[in-house]
Parts: sequence; C-alpha cells; structure tokens
Amino acid sequence: MPLRTASNESALIGNKFEYCINTILFQRGVYPPEDFTAVKKYGLNMLVSQDDQVKAYIKKIMSQLNKWMLKSKISKLIIVITSKETGENVERWQFDVCREKADDQSWSESEVQQEIQSIFRQITASVTFLPMLDGNCTFNVLVYADADSEVPLEWGDSDAREIRDAEKVQLRSFSTNSHRVDTLVSYRHVMLVTVVFDT
Amino acid sequence: MDAGSAHSSSNMKTQSRCPLQEQFLQRRNSRENLDRFIPNRSAMDFDYAHYMLTEGRKGKENPAVSSPSREAYRKQLAETLNMNRTRILAFKNKPPTPVELIPHELTSAQPAKPTKPRRYIPQTSERTLDAPDLVDDYYLNLLDWGSGNILSIALGNTVYLWNASDGSTSELVTIDEENGPVTSVSWAPDGRHIAVGLNNSEVQLWDSADNRLLRTLRGGHRSRVGSLAWNNHILTTGGMDGQIVNNDVRVRSHIVETYRGHTQEVCGLKWSASGQQLASGGNDNILHIWDRSVASSNSPTQWLHRLEEHTAAVKALAWCPFQGNLLASGGGGGDRSIKFWNTHTGACLNSVDTGSQVCSLLWNKNERELLSSHGFTQNQLTLWKYPSMVKVAELTGHTSRVLFMAQSPDGCTVASAAGDETLRFWNVFGVPEVAKPAPKANPEPFAHLNRIR
Repeated sequence: MPLRTASNESALIGNKFEYCINTILFQRGVYPPEDFTAVKKYGLNMLVSQDDQVKAYIKKIMSQLNKWMLKSKISKLIIVITSKETGENVERWQFDVCREKADDQSWSESEVQQEIQSIFRQITASVTFLPMLDGNCTFNVLVYADADSEVPLEWGDSDAREIRDAEKVQLRSFSTNSHRVDTLVSYRHVMLVTVVFDT
Repeated sequence: MDAGSAHSSSNMKTQSRCPLQEQFLQRRNSRENLDRFIPNRSAMDFDYAHYMLTEGRKGKENPAVSSPSREAYRKQLAETLNMNRTRILAFKNKPPTPVELIPHELTSAQPAKPTKPRRYIPQTSERTLDAPDLVDDYYLNLLDWGSGNILSIALGNTVYLWNASDGSTSELVTIDEENGPVTSVSWAPDGRHIAVGLNNSEVQLWDSADNRLLRTLRGGHRSRVGSLAWNNHILTTGGMDGQIVNNDVRVRSHIVETYRGHTQEVCGLKWSASGQQLASGGNDNILHIWDRSVASSNSPTQWLHRLEEHTAAVKALAWCPFQGNLLASGGGGGDRSIKFWNTHTGACLNSVDTGSQVCSLLWNKNERELLSSHGFTQNQLTLWKYPSMVKVAELTGHTSRVLFMAQSPDGCTVASAAGDETLRFWNVFGVPEVAKPAPKANPEPFAHLNRIR
C-alpha cells in the first residue's frame, strides 16, 4: 500500500468540495443547466460549470480553502443558497470536517473513492426531498476556521447564516485517513397550504 | 414440571438476551450502512424537540432567566470567549450572476446601472500656506482639523487656528520659552475645546471660542507629551516616557488609568470610532491595542494585543471608518510598510512595502481608499485602493517629509504639513457633495402637533 501524505489527503477533500459546490449549483438550479458539462471523476459523471466567471470564482475559493486545509484550520465548510429577491437563506449545506488523529487504520484508494461516490449520490438524491427553488437564487461559501488562521482580505467575518425554522437532514459521512466529513443539509420548512374553493 | 418451566424460562431469558443483543448490533450496523437514497434523520433531535415543546416554556416564562443585566453579561461573556474560538468566515466576493439567454434585460438593465463617474483627483495642492518654525520632529503631532472646521497647527511655541470656512487666522496661545515648544495639538470631539501637549510634560485645555485656558493637566508624564487622543470626556495622552494616561477632563483628579507597555516615546495614539479600543504606537517599534473594558490598573499586562511586526517606530495609525475592527498602521524609516490588523483577533491581514517612511495615514470616509504620507525620497502623498492596495494617485509638491495630515470634517479635503514649513491642502477625497436642500425642520413651535382649526 503506497503511503499517502496528509497533504494529499487534504487536497483530496479540497477537490471533493469543489465538486460538491458544482454538484449543488447544478442540482439546485443556481445556474442554468446549459452551463454545465459532464466530467469523469471518482468513477462518476460529475457536472462542472463551464462558465468562465463561475469557474474563476470557485477556483479563488478553492485556492484559499486548500491553504487552510493543509494547516488543518477548518472545521466546517458551508454552502448557503439565498433568494435574490428577499435575501433570505433558503438552503444550507454543511460539511463538517473532523480532524481525526491519523491512526494505523489506512484506507485504500478504492475505499475512499467509494465513500466519495456515495456522498455525491446522496447530494443528487436529496433533490427528491428538498423543496423546489424558484431559480432566482445565489450562493455563498462560508468557512468555520480557527481563530488564529490567516485571513486574506477577500474573506470576512460572517454570522452562521442559519435557516429559520429549518428542517435538517444528515447525509452519510465520508472519511479518509486524517479527515472525516459529515454532511448536513438544512432547508426552509415549507408549509403546505390547501386552498378550499368556496363554491 | 416446576423445575422444567423454570428451566425453560431461564432458557428463554438467555435466548431472548442473545437476540436482543444481536438486534442491537444489527441496528448499529444498519445505521452505518443506510440505504443511500433514504436520508438519515439522526440530526433531527426528537428528544430535544419534545423537551422544547413541553419543558422549554417554563424556563422562558421565568423572568429571572432573561433579566437584561444577565443577558448583557452573557453576551459579553460569549464575545470574550469567542475570541479564542472558531471564526465564521465568508467569501465576500459576489458570485457571478447566471447569464440570461433571453436578452430582455438589455433594454431595461442599462439605464438602471448608472456607472459612477471616475473621480478626478487633482495632482497639485489646492492651496499652500506658510508654516514657519514648524518643528521637524517625526514623533510629534502638530496638526489637527476639528469638527468645527477649524484647523489648528503648532508652530514653535505658538498654536495657530485657521478657520477653513472663511480662511481667517488667529493665534490661540504662545507658550513660554522654557515650557515649549508645543509637542501636540488635538481637538475635542465638540470642535470647541482643544488640548495642547507641551515639552514640559503638561497638557493644557483651551476653549477656542474665547481663547481661554480652562485647565492644565499635570503629573501624568515625566517628559514631553507628543500624542493626544480624545474619547468623549477622556483625553488620552502619550508621553516620551512611554506611558499612556487616560485623563477625565471633568474631574479634579484627572488621571483615571495609566497604560504601561511602551519602553520608548509614544508617538501614535488613536481611539477607535466605537471608543472601545485604543491603538498606540511607539518608538520601540511596538503597536499596542488596549481595550477600554479589559484594562484595569492591577493586571500586569493590560494590553489586548502587543503587535511587534513593525521594524521601526509606529506613528501613523488610522482606524477604518467602514470596518470597526480594522486598523492601518505605518512604520518609520527602517520599516516603510503599511500593515492592516484585525484588532479583535490581533491578526495581521496585509502588509505593503511603500518604499518610504510612513508618517501619517488617513482613510477616505466616502470610498474604500487610504492615503499615506511619506518622507525621503519623494515626500509624496499616496492614495491606495483598499483592499487591493493598488496605487490610485501620487501627490507630490512637498520638498521635505510630510509629517502630519488632517482631514476636513466633510472628509473631502486633506491638509498636510511637512518639514519644508508649508501647509498644503489637497482635494484628494473628492469634491464636497453639493449640500442637498435638506428639508430642514422648520423650528416652528408645536409643529409636530395637529393643528386646531
């Protein structure tokens, strides 16, 4: 079994998060589906945005995330989807990164890959129970970082952007040698209103 | 029979215990291997929800729990604790908007997007005044522009007032030869009272309206007072002895607190806009952040942060007007850098080498820009875009290091005084907005009452 260093590990999680953003942006219709093309990754067909601006935007986020990841400064990664009209947070994807002490137990590449596959399948599958978004939405990326992390100027302090009256669903977790990632999606609870027509 | 039944029941017990265990194991197993399409609801804490529905009410109704002082204490506690905990950071750039396939916006969007006209920044000073006998000393603070639109400048032993509204000059005071020269001037927030620091360690308080000496603060320092900063009725003074003293100007024994942390002259002193944090820079290359609520005279280290990144005297300090805990600091000749700090955490956010000693820093109140004044070799004022730190303009004209800068109350004009004994005015932060015909409330008595016809 070839030894993988911790930095490889983080890069793996970093990459994974990049695909998470893309998958969520596609699945939740934040950007039109025409913008996305399929890419083979982790034995899956991933949909990745082809829009130059979106690509550059995600790349900028990822470059900083990877820096933090290497130093193990991050405990949570969050994608918040907000309505453009009301500015309200409608959906919040939370990826908890647990920094586990590296132990003897090592994982094979294929096992890790399987774990990753399952998490992407879950993101895709959650579309079935998440409420429809009206399409006029935008997104933000938040990070829970240690207080002593170096913070570049593009990043600023923020509140947790929690969703009011949220329904929360825990997705399956995924782990590698040194990190474990738990996924949680919270969304606005939608009241079903029945309209009775008085005839 | 009896024994048999007992045996069978015990048998059953052991049997039933085994399957139970197995079941438990299975359950744990099944939790790990959930069907990938069925979401796991372990995050929905039903026990907690039940508690909140039934028991949680009782606590809320109890008035003792939500007393305001307790709330405030809790809030403060959470704040102080938060400093050592995780921070939530957001990527601040706006994500690109999806491209609309139907160009229906072309007609509607264009007029709705008024592009801001580019501000013209004059490269030369608008006005130049003579400032003879200006002491060419990096560690002093001899220029201030008060909220009453009056500029004060100390030239040798004399403090002059220049009224920016009508351009008239008057003399406030000339200090005796043995007590002078004047080492610092600072307007109180009311724009009427002015503090004058002297070479003999005293600080005088003057009423500028009728040129009257109100009181003299003594005993705070053992040597010259080169820096002053107001925080409401607190006048903070920084001395050559490295001490920083908070003086309550209203009371007889005016020394309220003394901050000890600098080993050499305190040359930069600025209170944050909130009045909560004080930044002080010294000739010992150290920048301290003091917290008004944390500081108490009996703790050995009173400072909130001790920042040692500068490699020369820290004189230029400026609190950001649009981000409460952002401080810009500039280093002297051996350092030449402008550094940005998050004063909440003490983290250095950015550092830019300017290539020349930084004498003074000012933020633009209307735009995200920072103005710095420099010494050798250009003696220029540099306007930076924040946070990119791209140079927007370089204003030259002074022939010696630009020691002091002050900003007009409207935030548009900057006055700079330099070792070349001139005082120059620059229209660097934009032209003053044409005063909108504000619907001035007619001072008619009882205007808010309904009229009786």
